[in-house]
Amino acid sequence: MFLVLLLAPLLTGFVRKMKARLLRRQGPSMVQPYRDLLRLMRKEVVLADNASWLFRVTPYLIFAATWVAAALVPTFATGLTFSWTADLIAIVALLGSARFFLALAGMDVGTGFGGIGSSREVMIASLAEPAMLLIAFSLALVAGATQLSTVAAFMTSSAVGLRVSLGMALIALVMVAIAENARIPVDNPATHLELTMVHEAMVLEYSGRHLAMIEFASFLKLLLYMSLIACVFLPWGLVTVGSGPEAYAVGLVTYVGKLLIGGVLLAFFETAIAKMRVFRVPDFLGAALMLALLGTLLLFVSRSL
Amino acid sequence: MIPGVEALLWGVAALMITAVLAVTLSRRSTATGLIYLITLAVCGFLLGIALWCLVLRPTDVTSTTLPVGLPWIGAHFRLDALSAFFLVVVNLGGALSSLYGLGYGRHESAPHRVLPFFPAFLAGMNLVVMADDAFTFLLSWEFMSLASWALVIAHHREPANTRAGYIYLVMASFGTLALLLAFGLLAGPAGNYTFEVMRASSPPAPLIATIVLILMLLGAGSKAGLVPLHVWLPLAHPAAPSHVSALMSGVMTKVAVYGFIRVLFDLLGPPTWWSSVVVLVLGSATAVLGILYALMESDLKRLLAYSTIENIGIIFVSLGLALAFQANGMGWPAALALTAALFHALNHSFFKSLLFFGAGAVLSATGERNMEKLGGLIHRMPVTSFVFLVGCVAISALPPFNGFASEWLIFQAILLSPDLPQWGLKVLVPAAGGMLALSAALVAACFVKAFGITFLGRPRSEAVDRAHEVDRYSLTAMAALAALCLLAGILPGFVIDGLSPVTQALIGGRMPTQISQPWLSIVPIAESRSSYNGLLVFVFITISASIAVYVIHRFASHELRRGPAWGCGFPDMPPDAQYTATSFAQPIRRVFGTFAFRAKETVKMTPPGDISPARLDVETHDVIWEALYDPITGWLEYATLKLNRLQFLTIRRYLTLVFGSLVTLLLVVALWL
Repeated sequence: MFLVLLLAPLLTGFVRKMKARLLRRQGPSMVQPYRDLLRLMRKEVVLADNASWLFRVTPYLIFAATWVAAALVPTFATGLTFSWTADLIAIVALLGSARFFLALAGMDVGTGFGGIGSSREVMIASLAEPAMLLIAFSLALVAGATQLSTVAAFMTSSAVGLRVSLGMALIALVMVAIAENARIPVDNPATHLELTMVHEAMVLEYSGRHLAMIEFASFLKLLLYMSLIACVFLPWGLVTVGSGPEAYAVGLVTYVGKLLIGGVLLAFFETAIAKMRVFRVPDFLGAALMLALLGTLLLFVSRSL
Repeated sequence: MIPGVEALLWGVAALMITAVLAVTLSRRSTATGLIYLITLAVCGFLLGIALWCLVLRPTDVTSTTLPVGLPWIGAHFRLDALSAFFLVVVNLGGALSSLYGLGYGRHESAPHRVLPFFPAFLAGMNLVVMADDAFTFLLSWEFMSLASWALVIAHHREPANTRAGYIYLVMASFGTLALLLAFGLLAGPAGNYTFEVMRASSPPAPLIATIVLILMLLGAGSKAGLVPLHVWLPLAHPAAPSHVSALMSGVMTKVAVYGFIRVLFDLLGPPTWWSSVVVLVLGSATAVLGILYALMESDLKRLLAYSTIENIGIIFVSLGLALAFQANGMGWPAALALTAALFHALNHSFFKSLLFFGAGAVLSATGERNMEKLGGLIHRMPVTSFVFLVGCVAISALPPFNGFASEWLIFQAILLSPDLPQWGLKVLVPAAGGMLALSAALVAACFVKAFGITFLGRPRSEAVDRAHEVDRYSLTAMAALAALCLLAGILPGFVIDGLSPVTQALIGGRMPTQISQPWLSIVPIAESRSSYNGLLVFVFITISASIAVYVIHRFASHELRRGPAWGCGFPDMPPDAQYTATSFAQPIRRVFGTFAFRAKETVKMTPPGDISPARLDVETHDVIWEALYDPITGWLEYATLKLNRLQFLTIRRYLTLVFGSLVTLLLVVALWL
């Protein structure tokens, strides 16, 4: 549970560094996100005049919900102690809670930016969430469970084989992950141009320790999605219950390796592609939704063949 | 004496007497408090008995016959697990509405139009759930409809309300007609009007069963708000006083669901698999369309009414799944789906009542239902806004609240459906699942909008500046419902176990006992397959939020400064510059609305040099009204105009008409027999 906390800013720092190197810039150091968090925590909070209690509570709620969700995804070992607390559907819903409160916080101060961010965020979510749930359905149908530990254990076994549905689910999951983490081409994490920002517009009024919490939550979310993709589609090296400490060490190293590969791919993808217009995003996510639905349908139909 | 159906009937009689009492008293100033106090006590009594029967004596069935109604039949009443569960829903809603009414009713401008009908409405709903023969059922159903109709037109001076009342009356009569025909078919030529005989008789022929299914969908569906029979609901529910809106949306729609379950699962005999197809298609269409309508709405109470339609869709999808499983003899998946449907019905009665109470509080504090004129109420009404937020989170199916627990069960039921043998269902069920997932995401968007525009931001009108927190009775009722939402969300196992006698009686299967699971998690099938623990999720979120708060407050800076919001260099932005309900929904309108509402946006930019403002016009169509109801009203108008001529005939022509029809009828009889 604390491992994800430690690793999450590093992953974001790594992606930023990679992006900068791909643009032939020097780029900030990889530990810069930690420094950013510390700096933000030391700064005073500037609250808008009419900000309500909800505005001040939200960062902690978002952080808590994302942290719990991230802690429930198997990172390098299956059979987490509390993995039966919530399955994949519940993890999706926990992230939904975080987004629900973030969108509300965006509307709290009553500026145009907050509203624009919230309304676009819920539009994106209204397509990304069903796609994510359908991906969860496909995985559940293949593995016979919605429990992530079971799914991961099933994926490591030889019973899987190559399946069309899983391929579709993987593509859809990557698309959803890009949208959910506000990456290019859906949103630009580095933008401060009013017309193009979504996530940044919602958190525009946040500062100091509150902003640190929200930033931390988004680092965690990126790590969560990468771990999810890694544990479900690249389950090699996952440690099962009862292995020795050396197995855990190997698992940890493999996990970090997977994150590095994921980070490189993400940076490469983001550098190679341009940001979309906001109203092209539904097409992008609609494709993810349809892929996921197609994958699920195939599984339903192929069950009897 | 064992409390059973007799005690419940005494309670209903007490409600009827209260209604009569209210007629005589209602002009006095003390009447409001007195009547709501009595209904609160009686509903509490009924709730106690129903809960006692459901929890402690779930397998007991008590019945009685009263010598009223049709002379050779009498009125049959019966209490089994299903009735007891719905009695709990009805009376819990009734009790809390009465409590809310104690405070809210004081603002009522015309109490004599509300007080007599409120107990009568409650009595009608109780009677429907207990009725055990077709005649009593229909009579109680009509009584319930008329009492609620009277409440809808309580404020009849507003033209919109009389229109709502008119449409409601037409749709309710239509629904009762459909139910009448359905029961007529079930009773058969021998006239077996008691449910006892219907249950015992052999299942009807497939054709009859199909017609009964369709008639039930029309009858119960129109009351519950299935698309396309939903049109009256968003007009009528908001027109009533808010605590009555809560009852109509939270409870009366559940009574309609009860009627559907009673006939389909209990009286009609084993279902056929394609009957589930009809229910699934209608349910998923209702879910998505209902919430899209809600997203387009900027009237708070109408938004809530549309969201009721969406929830009814979810319940019907789950019922359709239960039918599909049962038709294939899969006992425990059917039990899972039915449990999910009933659980969601209970949950919806909690959070929808809560939200309508909140809307009522906003209405009584500001006099506004239009969200475009609200905003910033979180500062003026902190308690109301908090409980309303709980309701919004619960209805958006977010953990750890109750809406998520029941939707999670429905998703688990969907994941069991690849085992169904029929191809039609194999293709349909994942599509329905996708529709449910889509509606779940849209609900969250809708309630971000409902809460964000109403309670957050800056006030959009002066009415908000005068607003203040509502009275204690209303707040207590809302807080109780909010607590129930959380409790049902973190301890769903108790509710599921409480529902098991219902599924046992209707389907013959039940879900595994949940209370014995470690840590009170819910495990519908097997732990390795899926499990959810609302309690632990709640505890984890609380712990990690506390850790975060502790760490931040221990190590981070405590400084805090208030300043003006960032307006891109334009200070003192007027509140009109905020996002409105309509503009918040604009992206979703562009994505889904062009298809569902034929929405069109036209921008009129002024030419350079002209200083008049540019205009953005948005045009949306209610496609269902235009495609279905407009033609029907058109034909009716045409036919009545043509038939109107019959009013102006001479006496000879009338006599000829009478003679002709007599001969025709005799001919028909002669040929038939």
